[in-house]
Amino acid sequence: MRPRQKQLLYAGLTAILILIWIFYSADDLQTTAVLAGTVRAATLLALGAMCGMIGERSGVVNIGIEGQFLLSAFAAFTITSMTGSLFMGTLAGVGMGLIMGWLLAAMAVGLKVDQIIAGTVLNISALGLTSFFYDRSRSLGIGKYTNIDLGPLADLPLVGTVFFSRPPLTYLTMALLVVVHIALFRSVWGMRTRAIGEHPGAADTVGIDVLKLRYFNVTIAGGLAGFGGSYLALEAVGTFSRAMSGGRGFLALAVMIFGRRTPFGAYAAALFFGFTTALQNQFQLNNTFDIPPQFVGMLPFVVTIVVVALSGLFGSMRDPAALGQSYEKG
Amino acid sequence: MSRSVFRIVAIPFMAVVFGVLIGALLIVSQGGSPAEAYKALLVGGLGDSDAVLRTLQKATPLIFGGLAVAFAFKAGMFNIGGQGQLLVGAVFAAGVGFGIDGLPVLIHLPAALIVGAVAGALWGGIAGTLKATTGAHEVIVTIMLNFVAGNLTDWLAANPWKDNSGSNIVARTPLIENSATIPTFGAVPVGFLLAVSVSVACWLVLERTSYGFEVRSVGHNRHAAQYSGMKVGWIMSSTMAVSGMLAGLGGAVESLGVDGRFEAGVNVGLGFEGITIALLARANPLGVVPAALLVGLMEAGAARMQYKSDVAPELIDVIQALILFFVAAPIIIRWLLRMRHDNSEQVQLGAGWGKS
Repeated sequence: MRPRQKQLLYAGLTAILILIWIFYSADDLQTTAVLAGTVRAATLLALGAMCGMIGERSGVVNIGIEGQFLLSAFAAFTITSMTGSLFMGTLAGVGMGLIMGWLLAAMAVGLKVDQIIAGTVLNISALGLTSFFYDRSRSLGIGKYTNIDLGPLADLPLVGTVFFSRPPLTYLTMALLVVVHIALFRSVWGMRTRAIGEHPGAADTVGIDVLKLRYFNVTIAGGLAGFGGSYLALEAVGTFSRAMSGGRGFLALAVMIFGRRTPFGAYAAALFFGFTTALQNQFQLNNTFDIPPQFVGMLPFVVTIVVVALSGLFGSMRDPAALGQSYEKG
Repeated sequence: MSRSVFRIVAIPFMAVVFGVLIGALLIVSQGGSPAEAYKALLVGGLGDSDAVLRTLQKATPLIFGGLAVAFAFKAGMFNIGGQGQLLVGAVFAAGVGFGIDGLPVLIHLPAALIVGAVAGALWGGIAGTLKATTGAHEVIVTIMLNFVAGNLTDWLAANPWKDNSGSNIVARTPLIENSATIPTFGAVPVGFLLAVSVSVACWLVLERTSYGFEVRSVGHNRHAAQYSGMKVGWIMSSTMAVSGMLAGLGGAVESLGVDGRFEAGVNVGLGFEGITIALLARANPLGVVPAALLVGLMEAGAARMQYKSDVAPELIDVIQALILFFVAAPIIIRWLLRMRHDNSEQVQLGAGWGKS
């Protein structure tokens, strides 16, 4: 990051903190509610963005995150409902995510299907399968994941409620952000992954099995999206409903691009998008303005379009060089 | 049948066969009888003139949706926003349909259709123009525009254009005037004939005009097209506008010929079926018609299938996804049928999100 960008970043962060402080002193309850909602909405987006990022760093576009969320949420919900265990459900969600990731890899890497079409196949299949097997009479049977206070940290004003009194999967997601960051930028695996996304031919010459690593990465990344599905069904909502992923798999892609395909960048972007969602919910809840809910509902999507357009315009973000191309050993 | 025609048709045909077979396994897994279910499906879609009318009606917006995706494919772009373009087309066509009265059919109906088409073109054009000027990937932009369109049309149908007759509480517009209704000849809705003629027109434009040549050149190799002096940016924005126009027309036909009004939430999913249809048709505008008829048939018969054999109508969605899978990965079918490999059949869109 160049010094000028760093300055801008710090200036922006300071401005945000001051704004939060002003709002908090004006209305602490609503500010806390909006910020807690921001973190809640950001968690799913961050998981989806990490899934997308691992794929893209290895050269594979994944627009099937939406479908991975949906089918995994369905698996998590169904297994929890059958076994009465949130833990088993969470595992089932992750497992389903891995299967979906493997399927994407099989199509995009193995069969060399166009990556965008392969992702679309996942999305359409997930919608069809979950609708077909959806059983209206089934319920979760037990309560969703509840908040865990992190000792004295949870008693801090504002920050305590927003970050340190959260349900378990949110904490795990924050841990995963650190893990993925270290793995991508400080490990041999990460270096190889970035190599096959930038120049698979060169990576091949130094003895990296490009196809095998892409297979592995896209599958593992699917597990992250599957974890997102578990989070959605078992922690955020507490039930399953048709098409409940509601476009957030796609938003996660915008979050990933905006966050420059880095975990922390993506989390910052996810918080920003989460904020627009939380704000929208709060507006709808107490009719702050006389704006029809449909217009407030457009907000995150319009923001995404603007972000994607701007990021293209300023060209500061560069795709991995081999993104979207299948690799043929030469 | 000549050998080349066989090669073109074999993969989509086998994809359908495999989709239907795996669908049968799903029915068995739910304790149903596939033979009974599929029989009900066929009778529901072809059994009598009402059933045929239903199939043709269902197929009409699907043809437009498939054409929209196929047309954009030709320029190497993926229009996943057919849903949004269809919605704006449907709501604005309905707006003209119920909002103006006293016009003769010959003016009112075309006006409503044109307004729907223009609305769709503008909606698709946004994505194309952003792609051409900023490099914003059309897949993300069109998906986001789908949600924006969903909200916008909901609002229109729930507020300014709401049907206030009687005790209606549903978000829908009033019924359109008779002068804007698309007529039906026996079992053939005129909208279907329009859809077929538009698909022929698309084929002619793509294969027989210099504009179509430029569209296909941009699709084959954007950089080569640029180098040879074609205005790539203009081709991309205009292709997306045409693509959006086709989807918008589909929405307009749905409002004016099938539903008789716009109702929020009625058309959900139509835009995405366009993708399956375009791929099934190998992005060939003429192939879109039979592909849409097939999907339309399944949809027309789904209700009867549920009624007669208690199989959830969502089975159709699963079968469509399977068909899409087998068409997208033709290598599986080729391997099963021991066909020779032919690279020209594979659709390739890939590339990153930014400038390219």
